[in-house]
This record gives sequence, structure tokens and C-alpha cells, in this order.
Amino acid sequence: SGLGMFSTIICGFLSPLVVKRLPEHVQVDDPAVVKRLAKKLERQQIPLRSDYGYKVSLFSHLHQYSRKAPLTQLLSIPSTVIHPSIVRLGLQYSQGIVAGSNARSVALLHAFKQVIRDYTTPPNEELSRDLVNKLKPYISFLNQCRPLSASMGNAIKYIKKEISNIPSQCKEEEAKTKLLKCIDRYIEEKIVLAAKAISKYAIEKISDGDVILVYGCSSLVNHILCEAFEKSRKFRVIVVDSRPRLEGREALRRLVQRGISCTYVLISALSYILPEVSKVFLGAHALLANGYVMSRVGTSQIALVARTFNVPVLVCCETYKFCERVQTDSFVSNELDDPDDLMVTRKGKTQLENWQDVSSLGLLNLVYDVTPPDFVDLVITDLGMIPCTSVPVVLRVKNLDQ
Amino acid sequence: MELQAVLMAAGGGSRMMDLTYNTPKPLLPVGNKPLIWYPLNLLERVGFEEVIVITTKEVQKMISTDPKVKLDVKMKLDLVCIQEDADMGTADALRHIQQKVKTDVLVVSCDLITDAALHEVVDLFRAHNATLSMLMSKAHEFTETVPGQKGKKKTGEQRDFVGVDGTGKRLLFMANEADLDEGVVIRKSIMRKHPRMHIKTGLVDAHLYCLKKSVVDFLADNKSISSIRGELVPYLVRKQFSKSTNSPKVIDETHQNLKKNDKIQISSRDEELLHLTQERSCWNDHRGDMSDAYHGGRLRCYVHIMDEGICYRVNTLAAYIEANRLAPKLFDEPAVHPSAVVSERCLIGADSIIGASCQISDKTSIKRSTIGVSTTVREKVKVTNSIIMHGVTIEEGCNIQGSVICSNAVIGRGADIKYCLVGSAQRIEPDGENPKLQARSLYFPYTQSPQPSIHPHPPPLPPTPPNSYKLKAQHSKRAQFKDSP
Repeated sequence: SGLGMFSTIICGFLSPLVVKRLPEHVQVDDPAVVKRLAKKLERQQIPLRSDYGYKVSLFSHLHQYSRKAPLTQLLSIPSTVIHPSIVRLGLQYSQGIVAGSNARSVALLHAFKQVIRDYTTPPNEELSRDLVNKLKPYISFLNQCRPLSASMGNAIKYIKKEISNIPSQCKEEEAKTKLLKCIDRYIEEKIVLAAKAISKYAIEKISDGDVILVYGCSSLVNHILCEAFEKSRKFRVIVVDSRPRLEGREALRRLVQRGISCTYVLISALSYILPEVSKVFLGAHALLANGYVMSRVGTSQIALVARTFNVPVLVCCETYKFCERVQTDSFVSNELDDPDDLMVTRKGKTQLENWQDVSSLGLLNLVYDVTPPDFVDLVITDLGMIPCTSVPVVLRVKNLDQ
Repeated sequence: MELQAVLMAAGGGSRMMDLTYNTPKPLLPVGNKPLIWYPLNLLERVGFEEVIVITTKEVQKMISTDPKVKLDVKMKLDLVCIQEDADMGTADALRHIQQKVKTDVLVVSCDLITDAALHEVVDLFRAHNATLSMLMSKAHEFTETVPGQKGKKKTGEQRDFVGVDGTGKRLLFMANEADLDEGVVIRKSIMRKHPRMHIKTGLVDAHLYCLKKSVVDFLADNKSISSIRGELVPYLVRKQFSKSTNSPKVIDETHQNLKKNDKIQISSRDEELLHLTQERSCWNDHRGDMSDAYHGGRLRCYVHIMDEGICYRVNTLAAYIEANRLAPKLFDEPAVHPSAVVSERCLIGADSIIGASCQISDKTSIKRSTIGVSTTVREKVKVTNSIIMHGVTIEEGCNIQGSVICSNAVIGRGADIKYCLVGSAQRIEPDGENPKLQARSLYFPYTQSPQPSIHPHPPPLPPTPPNSYKLKAQHSKRAQFKDSP
């Protein structure tokens, strides 16, 4: 799954006259694009973060940054160009303190609320145009700290639309309160209430005596399981984890804290444990327009093996994570994390300490992969339970609404 | 605005009175620049545009009038004067400027010379939303001999015990040996939350702190705290683990009472969002127990410990001498000032610095030394490993080794000075009229004739001047208040 030929179709809705440009963050090996990006950042007064380490050739078109070289070392300390809460957010993204697409979106919107609160319209400018221009460098900065997720992209699109729709005769204070209310409503509707709706649907699918398998730490899946446990469903959970992130430990802690009985295995023991499993619940980072599920690396493996064992795979995803991109493989658009995360120190010895000196060695730390819709049985969203191939319908309906 | 810089330049330098009785500590020359230039340069390099400098009237006068004290910084300096005899501690000074403090503060001491990457300290402060973030460095041995020292280094300096967690960033425990009776006492609540603690001694506290604005407001209400390093920092470190902090009402209670009603509502709604973020994020700062990130604690203290690099606090004579050796590496000016008149037949080592308007005559040899502004050095003088301050006159044939000659002193012909400290505006008579000064003696303004002994070997006791003062082992006031569990 995901391997083999990589054909890339970027346009979702085809019309021969519309040519969409490839985004810059997947063309890092093209020097012209890199130069263009550098010029844009210079104009916005944002420092350029340099790539780190040897990149495996198949992924040389993606950025690879080191956590030890944060973007803040190139910024002045009382940051004047970028709002302090955005600098804090960028740091939290790059250090992994805020991780998970829901958490990142909420944190982004929270930071934007601070920005809007501290914003004053300069004379002879309109709030609807100037505020959008102010947000652009912040978004570039956050992109440099860590590539934006699909959910964050949708949230930014929403905010920009709301800002541009502010009528010009609206006073500044009124406009700001309106925007802050919009943001609160967005979070409330798309994240909090969506989670409640999804739990309601998902709980119908959990029966007593179930053995549920989850992978990594998905905030939505954890929420569903905790709700189900509170509604007194009897089930047990198997948490599957993988290196180097080992996020499953956090999921394990949260579930055990509630009192759910859990088992913990690494992904290499997947086929050993699958005969016991009755259902697989997976979270998603984004749902693509052709029905592919983009999620943490390893998810497609779980879906594949589960399909082989005839275990139903249910993906839980809020609608705000649906994006119009189309991908059939995990190569074209992915994220490369810090390769030094793969180094392990045991008993004071780090075997891979000098991996950069070995010319034939490359470390690859992928973050996402895509799962084809044939391996997914059901997608549970806040609009209901839909098959994977109905995602374009939802997108079309959403576009009509807007 | 994100951070305001506050520079504490009112300290007396009570541990090096030999140097500071005449010149205030912030203006002592190090590498021919006033000591206060180094922290100001550090702040300017990282991008600060204004600094609040808390200092005494004397220093302010000297900065504005004395041409030798050129601060050469582009930043806007807001000088706040406090009375010299008011005996204000650093926390008292911070309380004094509470009205000027509008955001979080970065407190720096005037005697800090470092090339640390400040962003490491500030990043900890930002990323973890910490209440306190500080800088420490591994202490380096001082290799230079110090005039006036009784041979071995005094072990009067009491050790600081600093406890950090497994990552080496979170500050868990801080105590000074003087405060401990028999042993290091660590509370069980800390051990339960952080079972693996690394306790380090031998760290130099750079006295550079990032503090939240709520801490400054807290100081305004608690007038008993007078020193940041001695009282406030240990208090905050202890308060991380006290039970009352882990409930919603926290140290910024007093701060909230001053806010208007709608601001409280804003902060509570934002608190909800922050809480939601933390809930949905799959990150935890520790593992192995059932608690949430940061153990649900709202007060966090962090420290950045430098392994390499220069970090000195110039508060003792030994540190002053060491700093003079290393400080020139921090700026790229040429070693010999262009306005100095240096004759061709003299030998100036590569690691020496000659100040502006100096006159160096023939056949002199200057090695590993710093010569101050407007100093005159006549013929056949040999200066090795020494620090000569401003306006000094050194007559012919002198031999100065390992010494510190303070400003405006006159060294007479043929004087042979080894490992001595000559006070400000002193005259050493030409040879024949006084015996050679040798072996680590201190030559003071109060004594009219030197009283060193002439043993070449075991160092004698330094002459004690009539108005004697002791080089106190200076520690800020101990924590007087009770620790509330």
C-alpha cells in the first residue's frame, strides 16, 4: 500500500484552463522554487530555516529540519515582527509540545485570537484587507516551524474568509468582537460538538465484549472510547504503538486513567494480536478528496493487516479535516521529521551517534502515510457514517453551503 | 511587546572592595570597556531596543560626564536611580520599577560577561509558558594567580545545590549550603513526581532571569522579599510543588484582582482554549505515572545550563582578572587602539590590548596584558600578565608581573611589582626608597608605606589597612519567610 508507481494528480476538479501550481513545500529540490521562497520570506522579514542532514533521495523534495536548530535563534528576542503568541506557538509546534491535528488547530485559533485582540488598523487602511496581510507572514513563520496540517489550512481559509467579509463601515471594536466570536463558534462547532456527535455514532458501533484496536494517540478516538466507557459499554482496548514517536504510551495512560483495561503492543506484533481483535478504530490527520485517509505513518499497515484478517476498520474524522487534495501514495506530499529522533541511547551508548559520517547511511523519519479506501470500511464523521468513497460528496456539499 | 530588559547596575561589588572603593563596579574596565558594556552588548546583539538600567546617581553622573566611559550602544537606556545607601536588594529594585514593567521581564546583572545564546533561555520561557527561566553555566577553574590571595583558593564560597529533572531543563530544587543544616532535604512530593533528579554543584548562576509579569506584581505585594537570587528564585522553585499552586487559584491571584471584569472573562475563555489544546495534544513532559503534562502544575521553573562558552560573573578579584583575559574575544576591535602612540621598538604580544591615547615608549615588552586609556608607559618597562587601568603612569625600568594597577596610579622608576594590586591614585616611589613589592601583596591607599615582607616564597599575609574591612563572603539574605506547604 502506498508503494509502487507514484502518479500524482493535484487538481481535484479538472478544467483544462485551470493550472494549479505545486505547493512550494514539496519542491525543495528545485533551486528556482527555493529561491522564490527565500525571496518571499525576506520580504516578510521571516528568517529561512535551513535543512538538516542527509535526505533520502526519494524524499529529497521535502524539507527536513532539526529540532536543535529552532527558528527563534535567527529572530530578535523581543520579537517585534512576529506577534509573541505566534512565536510561542511556532516553538511549541517545532518542539512537539502541541501535536495532533485537533490540538494544533485549536492552538492556532487561540493564537489568532490574541493577534486580533492586539491588532489596530493603521490609518488609511481597511481592516478586512490589512488584517489578512498581517496574518500572511505569521502563517509563513508557522510553516517554517512545522509544515501546516490540512486542518490548520482549513481553519486559516475560514478565518481569512471571515475577515474579508467584514463590511467596510464596521467599526474596529465591533469587527474584532465579531471575529473573536466567529473563532469561538468555529472551535465549538467543528471540534467540540463534532467530537460529541462522532462519539454518539461511534458508540452505536461498540458492543459489549468488543476488543478494540487503536493506533497511536488520536484525541478523537480516545474521546470516543472514554465516552463509551462512561456509557457502560464493556470492552477492552489494544493500543498499538510505533517508534520513534511512541505516542501510544500517552493514549495508554489516558485510557487506563479512566479505568479501561488495555493491552499495549508495538506494531511489529500486529499480526500476532489481530486474531483477538473485533474492531479497529483509527484517527485521521486528513481525508483526501479521492477517499484516501492520511494519518500517522503505520496506519496503512494496520488497515492492510486488518483487512487480511477480515477485521472491520473504522476511521473517525471531523469534517473540517476534509481537504481537496488528491494523493495516491505517501511520497509526494509528506513530512520529514528530525532524523536524530531515530537515535536511541541505551546504557550510555548511542549507536547511531555519527550517522552523518557514514556515507552510505540515511535516516528517514516519516510522519504521515495514506491508506487506500479499499481498506477502510466506514468513516464516522459529524455528518453521519459514510463510506470512504463519499468524501467528495461531503466536500461538494460543504462548498455549496459556503 | 514581548519582553522588557532590566539591567541591575546598582550593586556595590562588596567582594572586590580593592577595586570598587573608588570606581563603581559597573564602570570597572574590563578589556578597556566598562563592565556594564558587556551585558548591554549582549542585549543589543539579540535585538533589544530599549533597556531599563537601575543604577546609582554616581554611576549615572559618570556615564554622562566622563569621556572615558563611553557606552557605545545604540539602544535606548532608561536610567533609574536609586539611593546608594538604601541597601536595596535586586527584588526591591524590581519592585521600585513596577510601574514601568508592562510585560514579562528579562533581568540581567551588570557583571555578567557571556556569549551564551539567549534564545535558549527565552525559548524555555516561551514554549513551556514558564514563570521563571534562568541561565547557568558549568564553572571553570580560574587559572590566573590573584594578588592578595592567601595561597590556596578560599573554600569560603559555599556550594549551591541545583536539582534538575531527566531532561536537564526543568528546575526542581535549589538550595545553598549555608541554608542547609545537615543534609539536602528533598520533599516527598517532588520525588513522587520526579523520581529521577540530577543534583549538580559547581554551577555558576549567571543571574539572568526571565520572569513573568505576574511575579513582578507579586513582589509588589510581598515586600519581605528583597533579593531575586537569594529569596525569590528558591521561593518560586519551591512553590512549583506546593499544594495550593496546583489548584486553579494561583500566584497571579493578586494580578487578576486588579484587572477589569471583562479582562478576567477574556482570560478565562482563553484558559479554556489552552486547556482544550493541552487535552487534545498527545504530548507529555514525563512518563511513567498517571498524571497529565507538567503534573497539572501551573507554576514552572526552567534552567538552561551552558556546557561550553564564556560565562563569568565579575564579582570577585579572581573573576575580574579572568574576565580581562577572555573578554577581548567577545568583540572584534583591534588589539591596539588606533589613537595609541606606540613606538616601533617595543614588543607587544598578540593577546595584549592597548587602550586609546596611550603612549608606549621604546624597549618595552607587554605580554598578555591590558593597558588602559591614556596610560603612559616609559622605556624599558616589562609588563606581563597584568591589568593596567586608565591614566596610569609607569616610569622607566619597571617590571610588572601578574598585577592589577588601578586608575591614575604612578609607578616610580625601577619598581619591581609581582602579583600585587596597587590601589587607585597611589604612588609607588622610585627604587631605592622602598623595597621591592613582592609576592601577592596588596598596596592600599590607607597605608603610607608598604609593609610587605621580602620573602620570595611562601606568600605573606597581606597588609591590613587601618580602616580594615574584610572581604566578606557575600551571600544575599537568607530566606526568612516560612515555606507554605
